[in-house]
Amino acid sequence: MSFKRNLRAATAMSLITATSAFAQDTTITIATVNNGDMIRMQGYTDQFTAETGIGVEWVTLEENVLRQRVTTDITTNGGQFDIMTIGMYETPIWGANGWLVPLDDLSAEYDVDDILPAMAGGLSHEGTLYAAPFYGESSMIMYRTDLMEAAGMEMPDAPTWDFIRDAAAAMTDRDADINGICLRGKAGWGEGGAFITAMSNSFGARWFDEGWNATFDGEAWANTLTFFKGMMDESGPAGYATNGFNENLSLFNQGKCGMWIDATVAASFVTGDDSTVADSVGFALAPDNGLGKRSNWLWAWALGIPAGTAQEAEAKQFIEWATSKEYIELVAENEGWANVPPGARTSLYENPNYQSVPFAQMTLDSILSADPNDSTVEPSPYVGVQFAAIPEFAGIATEVSQEFSAAYAGQQTVEEALEKAQAITNEAMEAAGYR
Amino acid sequence: MATKASRSAARLMMAPAVILLLGWMLVPLIMTLWFSFRTYLPLRGGDQGWTGFDNYVRFVTSSSFWPAVQTTLIIVLSVLIITVVIGVLLAMLLDQPMWGQGVVRILVIAPFFVMPTVSALVWKNMFMDPVNGLFAHLWRFFGAEPVSWLSDAAMPSVIMIVSWQWLPFATLILLTAIQSLDSEQLEAAEMDGAPKLKQFFYIILPHLGRAITIVILIQTIFLLAVFAEIFVTTGGAFGTRTLSYLIFQRVLESQNIGLGSAGGVYAIILANIVAIFLMRIVGKNLDN
Repeated sequence: MSFKRNLRAATAMSLITATSAFAQDTTITIATVNNGDMIRMQGYTDQFTAETGIGVEWVTLEENVLRQRVTTDITTNGGQFDIMTIGMYETPIWGANGWLVPLDDLSAEYDVDDILPAMAGGLSHEGTLYAAPFYGESSMIMYRTDLMEAAGMEMPDAPTWDFIRDAAAAMTDRDADINGICLRGKAGWGEGGAFITAMSNSFGARWFDEGWNATFDGEAWANTLTFFKGMMDESGPAGYATNGFNENLSLFNQGKCGMWIDATVAASFVTGDDSTVADSVGFALAPDNGLGKRSNWLWAWALGIPAGTAQEAEAKQFIEWATSKEYIELVAENEGWANVPPGARTSLYENPNYQSVPFAQMTLDSILSADPNDSTVEPSPYVGVQFAAIPEFAGIATEVSQEFSAAYAGQQTVEEALEKAQAITNEAMEAAGYR
Repeated sequence: MATKASRSAARLMMAPAVILLLGWMLVPLIMTLWFSFRTYLPLRGGDQGWTGFDNYVRFVTSSSFWPAVQTTLIIVLSVLIITVVIGVLLAMLLDQPMWGQGVVRILVIAPFFVMPTVSALVWKNMFMDPVNGLFAHLWRFFGAEPVSWLSDAAMPSVIMIVSWQWLPFATLILLTAIQSLDSEQLEAAEMDGAPKLKQFFYIILPHLGRAITIVILIQTIFLLAVFAEIFVTTGGAFGTRTLSYLIFQRVLESQNIGLGSAGGVYAIILANIVAIFLMRIVGKNLDN
């Protein structure tokens, strides 16, 4: 009797398992970054599966690790992922190599023309879109309105670097553990490397001249680094040479920074529940030097499909879902408009509900003021604002930013760091056959 | 007594394991050698053919090469000195009869069971952070300015973290050696009026010679490839870029497989030179 009952139970279990496996006959694997908006997207995946019957498996990684994993996978044709989360740096290079599926046949309802032109441009190669932006960002100033008021100063919408340096000095109160300004000094092309490159644009510097020669021996780079180090030594936090996005976010949210210039997506974090200063945060455009270029960057975290995946149709279906207007509305409905993925679609900034979010307009203005095709004062041979879109850049910029970080920490002079940067860059460009 | 047939059968049965092991070692080595002679840039169309010794010349003449070799040797030597000296002292201390000996020994050995990445993260965020770290709070408590460990004193910090991880290993081996020392020898020396310091230098230390040799040999092999601690704490900045880190940068960050492979071959040569040198100098202890 008992044996029969067990047999029936086992048969029933097998049937249930088989049926559910049949109902969800396809599963796509997605590599993504562990940013808040991506984690939030994972929470809604069940809804996508319920609508389409397509299962989703996530591989969530820290930014640097994700880059290495997906780059290795795509270059070796590893085929581990059906969708990869990539940025503006990788997409045009990979698209040109034919490693990504072109997204030129997305449905009419998806409304591809609604994608902000700056984002679509940065995620395309020769006019073809190769990845759809999940969210886009620029950088801007986030500042403490209360500290600014106490210092007797008023933040303009578009300040200069000199104003920022003065304001930082005025807000610094070492006894109260308040630093006038927190900026990225951490080595890494996507960390301090990105910040100093964007900043250098406003000082008239560029990575390469038109013959692909490094330009660290010029006056503009010396001015950038001297200014940065001088200001941070005066008004920055201890150990700023090892601070990146997360470290500065934590300092700002603890009330230890007067100003922070970083990614616009941070706006929702510094005004969110985890921030102790959420009620007194103001926003302004990243500073300039009157040379015609501001020091803000342009970036998008986007979803692309590696060529050769067996699940191309399903992957496209997921990308359409995750980067659609409907997804934005889904998040807004459940978590409020301040928490929707920003910076990707024009319609979001035309939505009256979103226009009431305090940082919405400043984010859009920052995104619109960055042009990856014309980011430097002097002409340059590369595309990109806080990077040069060539395969060698990630390696070079990481090494160069290591030398810069060593200068911030006082281990070497600015001149020594620039001299080494010049040698490192030219050596790498020679190895890659540019010079 | 083995017959000719049984010996042949044994060889036949062992062959798959031997072939597998050989393949395990030889295939990556041969591939590294192969790639080191080619221009292999995955992001620029992949393998672009033979390049002779260009990668070798480029790697060794790059401005980053000698500083990386120097950093590697400094880390290896410093960690060896710290772990052996403190390891001997700790082993002698742990050998003394005391209350709760078992618990103390486990506590001393515990760091060895923590993964390098985890311990580096703990040291970086909980101890060495100049704002929220434990050391910063301690410094402030005594009225001093907190130290930015991982930028102002990056090399000593990395050496400290790696030494902390390897100290239990050295202590454990040395403790086992001390416990094998015949206590009658020490008692006899004490009765003859030999002071403690002389007992240490003339009886204990020579007895530990073989154990110290083992510690140095094993640790050197692993320390030459130290990576996770540097990756997590400094990312190779502030003069902490070792040879293995430089190779990682060339292969994964610069996506230059040929250049990185040439670096890998240099690393193999360096490791062998160091190993042969060590075997000759200190390995003699093993024969005695």
